[in-house]
Amino acid sequence: MKIGRRSFLSFLLGGAAGTALSPLPWKLMDDSSIWTQMWPWTPVPEDGEASYVNSSCTLCPGGCGISVRKIDDRAVKIEGMNGHPVNNGGLCILGLSGLQLLYGPTRVKTPLKRVGKRGQGRWEKISWKDAVSQVAETLGDLREKGQSHTVGFISDSDRGTVPRLFERFLAVYGSPNLMRTSSIIDSYELTLYLMQGAQALPGFDFENANFILSFGSGILDGWGSPVRMFRANSTWCNTGGKVIQIEPRLSNTAAKSDKWIPINPGTEAALALGIAHVIIKESLYDAEFINYYSEGFEDWKHFVLDEYGPDSIATLTGIDSTTIIALARSFARASKPLAICGRGQGTTPGSLNECMAVHALNALVGNINKKGGIFAVAEPDYINWPPVEMDAAAAAGMQKDRLDGAGGKKYPFSRYLLNRLPQALNSGEPYPLNALFVAGTNPLYQMADNKAVKKAFDKVPFVVSFSSYMDETAQNADLILPNHTYLERYQDIPTPAGMPKPVIGLSRPVVEPLYHTKHTGDVIILLAKAMGGNIADAFAWNNYDECLKQTLGYKWQVMVEKGFWSYPDFFVQTHEESFDTVSGKFEFAPKETGLPQEFKPVGIDGDKTDYPLLLIPYDSIRLANGVIGDPPFVMKTVDDTVLKGTDVFIEINPKTAGEHGLREGQLAMLRTPVGKARVKVNLFDGIMPGIVALPRGLGHTAFDDYLAGKGINFNELMGPVEDSVSGLDAAWGIRVKLAKA
Amino acid sequence: MKHKKAKKYGMVIDLDKCTGCGSCMVACMAENNVPFRKDESNKLLSITWLRVYKLTNGKPFPNTDICYLPRPCMHCEGQHEGHPPCVSVCPAVATDYNIETGIVSQIYTRCFGCRYCMASCPYHARYFNWWDPVWPDGMEKYLSPNVSPRMRGVVEKCSFCYHRYQLAKEKAFMEGRRELKEDEYQTACTQACPAGAITFGDLNNPNHAVHRMVKPDPKHHGRPTNPNAFRLLERLGTNPKVYYLSSREWVRRAGDNYLETEAKLKKTVHHS
Repeated sequence: MKIGRRSFLSFLLGGAAGTALSPLPWKLMDDSSIWTQMWPWTPVPEDGEASYVNSSCTLCPGGCGISVRKIDDRAVKIEGMNGHPVNNGGLCILGLSGLQLLYGPTRVKTPLKRVGKRGQGRWEKISWKDAVSQVAETLGDLREKGQSHTVGFISDSDRGTVPRLFERFLAVYGSPNLMRTSSIIDSYELTLYLMQGAQALPGFDFENANFILSFGSGILDGWGSPVRMFRANSTWCNTGGKVIQIEPRLSNTAAKSDKWIPINPGTEAALALGIAHVIIKESLYDAEFINYYSEGFEDWKHFVLDEYGPDSIATLTGIDSTTIIALARSFARASKPLAICGRGQGTTPGSLNECMAVHALNALVGNINKKGGIFAVAEPDYINWPPVEMDAAAAAGMQKDRLDGAGGKKYPFSRYLLNRLPQALNSGEPYPLNALFVAGTNPLYQMADNKAVKKAFDKVPFVVSFSSYMDETAQNADLILPNHTYLERYQDIPTPAGMPKPVIGLSRPVVEPLYHTKHTGDVIILLAKAMGGNIADAFAWNNYDECLKQTLGYKWQVMVEKGFWSYPDFFVQTHEESFDTVSGKFEFAPKETGLPQEFKPVGIDGDKTDYPLLLIPYDSIRLANGVIGDPPFVMKTVDDTVLKGTDVFIEINPKTAGEHGLREGQLAMLRTPVGKARVKVNLFDGIMPGIVALPRGLGHTAFDDYLAGKGINFNELMGPVEDSVSGLDAAWGIRVKLAKA
Repeated sequence: MKHKKAKKYGMVIDLDKCTGCGSCMVACMAENNVPFRKDESNKLLSITWLRVYKLTNGKPFPNTDICYLPRPCMHCEGQHEGHPPCVSVCPAVATDYNIETGIVSQIYTRCFGCRYCMASCPYHARYFNWWDPVWPDGMEKYLSPNVSPRMRGVVEKCSFCYHRYQLAKEKAFMEGRRELKEDEYQTACTQACPAGAITFGDLNNPNHAVHRMVKPDPKHHGRPTNPNAFRLLERLGTNPKVYYLSSREWVRRAGDNYLETEAKLKKTVHHS
């Protein structure tokens, strides 16, 4: 048969029709979908026995209770613990992603010793024995040369057994240089000390308050104990409690508040005094508290009445005087008013005058140590170790001035001034530092002007990090002694930030340590033993777990069962006994400093002609900016108007953007006196004209690929500004100029 | 045997309480083995069964306002019960409506990735796996055995944590019960929300909080009778089982996505 065009075509058509009618195409399509789905690399999680372990989260100072779901020996999900006094079932975004930190790629798996240059990332694995003996040798040599005071220690906290072990070690070794990461808590501690004579933490009875006057505190952006604050806000929704948010940007807190009052940044203290003016002038204050339990009111009253009239405050703050007067009246007339401060998450201490001015408002309405008010919460006194026996070398070392100048002539009231360490290291005054230990904090990322901080650290010949993760500080250390993560270790958590009653949480191992890590408490005990003599004698415990159990005594069993210890016999002091000042009363103008809470603007870097705009940081609960960076899950929740690819967005009012010829999504160059950065523009109506806002928490150079190299670290653009009274970092922003890139 | 009344599981989200913190998103990812990639800033490709949207009222400073709106799968009932937009178009019966619970399922091994359902879903609640999921070495240890990890080429979406329903059911059966208590079956997002803004339960059960909060009207496919309650794109007739509460009018209007000229259009276009 001849194959012609016609028969060829009919053969093709017939074939196609036949195939289409057969099950073949459907079978092939089905098979291909199966083949492309059945790859061996798609994991099939192993099943097993399910169980729950209760513990506490220590990723922030919030101290939430967690319940970790396990399948055999794997932890598969972190949930909030029901019935816990802080969070009762809920949990924040960071706490929920904790398993990505535990099983993540940024863990330091064994002690590491630097072999290349600092920061080069070349490490040699060493044994714990070698690591500890190396540190002991270095410290021993320094001590022999009479230089024990040139050893410094930076910790995230000074509370709880682990920081107290550091403190004890330094005391018996002979160095006064224990420093703590600073925050708004420092300013509050000083305020409570100066105005009330109390060595205490601030506790806020939010649940019972019904009128919150917040001077920029990110109640819903991670301030205080975040989950507790979310819950309190929902309580106010149900009971009709009011929140007034005063800040230049429409944050989540401002958006959820009953009234958002934009203010010229840095004038918050002036507004607080302006409100005080109206309250005093209209006699709206709590006369009983003022007359019987306060001192120095008359002087302060005249000062406030003379200087802070609503009209002058209106010009300064940009809030009209009728609003100020109405605000003062509604605050003073509320049955349970409460004024708070600490910008954003409260990561910077701010000016002491501001904190004291805000606290004075609480005194005016008499809500100190009262239901719905602010409490001075004394530290739970469960750590009662025998005093250390100092030898001559230790005593001599402890006599030396602190490197950061805290408690010295200039700043007699401050306890820690970590922000002053870099300048001391750079100048070598009063003396250089020979060894620096860093635990639970990441100063090379977290501290203002972090590039200058890195330069300062480079001057220290021996830097040791205790980090569980390869963070910026660990990357630039000489030795890393990795701690267990919080899900692999025991630790006590004394009263979480802002709790009005003392409570101790317990963090406990949820899984066995995955790698060759060691509890930092154990490392300190081992180090003391290696150093011998009375240093070893001061650490009589065999290991940290034994130390913790002994310290907690009868509380231990209850904490193991319940997950926390709350003091059943805790009661609120009466006003007669709660003030330990010279006068025994609340002091409006503390005699010790001799300073009234006048408004003194913080001297922000940069001049107006060169840098016409103001740059302020903003905090978001979806951007962790502390010692931990965002795990991959949390990065997923960051909006594409905050981060796109590796570009971060600034928020700017459309009006200001128009003046600079900038459009939505356009690239721009941001220059401050400290640094510069390439950013994208996000037009946002919820920000005051003339202000540019940039998020904290991005721009990591360490951690994993999911986080590193994205956006800008705000601390590269802003330096610290020393508060004239406290010496703490009072910077709230910096001047900036903006141009098309 | 006594006839059991079918359940209609639904969710009420109080937008006055929602703070936009994102806990629900991460609780969902952790519960459901949702994968992640190095760059998640392209939100069209970023798999989020529950996504929190940021709404603004569009007014200039200082009258600007923000509202956050969490969006899980709406588990639509459809014009007639059992006919949500996605189920109607799926050629592989990979997504189905469960008459017993009102939950819209997604069966990954049946899905061959045609993405009709994604096109038909008016809420963008469905996501396609363009890549095989990759967990960094060691991180697959936290994967839950109760939810299968998905593979490249399939669509996935919120399941109202159906595996939790199954586990709760099994437990109840073991204890000789046939009915679940309200708190026995709760989704991961509901449980995690620190603000208590999410409520979950059986809309058909007048004792359940969700029913009391929105007072669904059974004559109109569960349309809420609480004046502060609304459903997204109500007028499309998809009859979602996720309700929102807001005391702010602009938010409720945004929920139905009105255009400025909408009022006029409605009159002219309405045929039937």
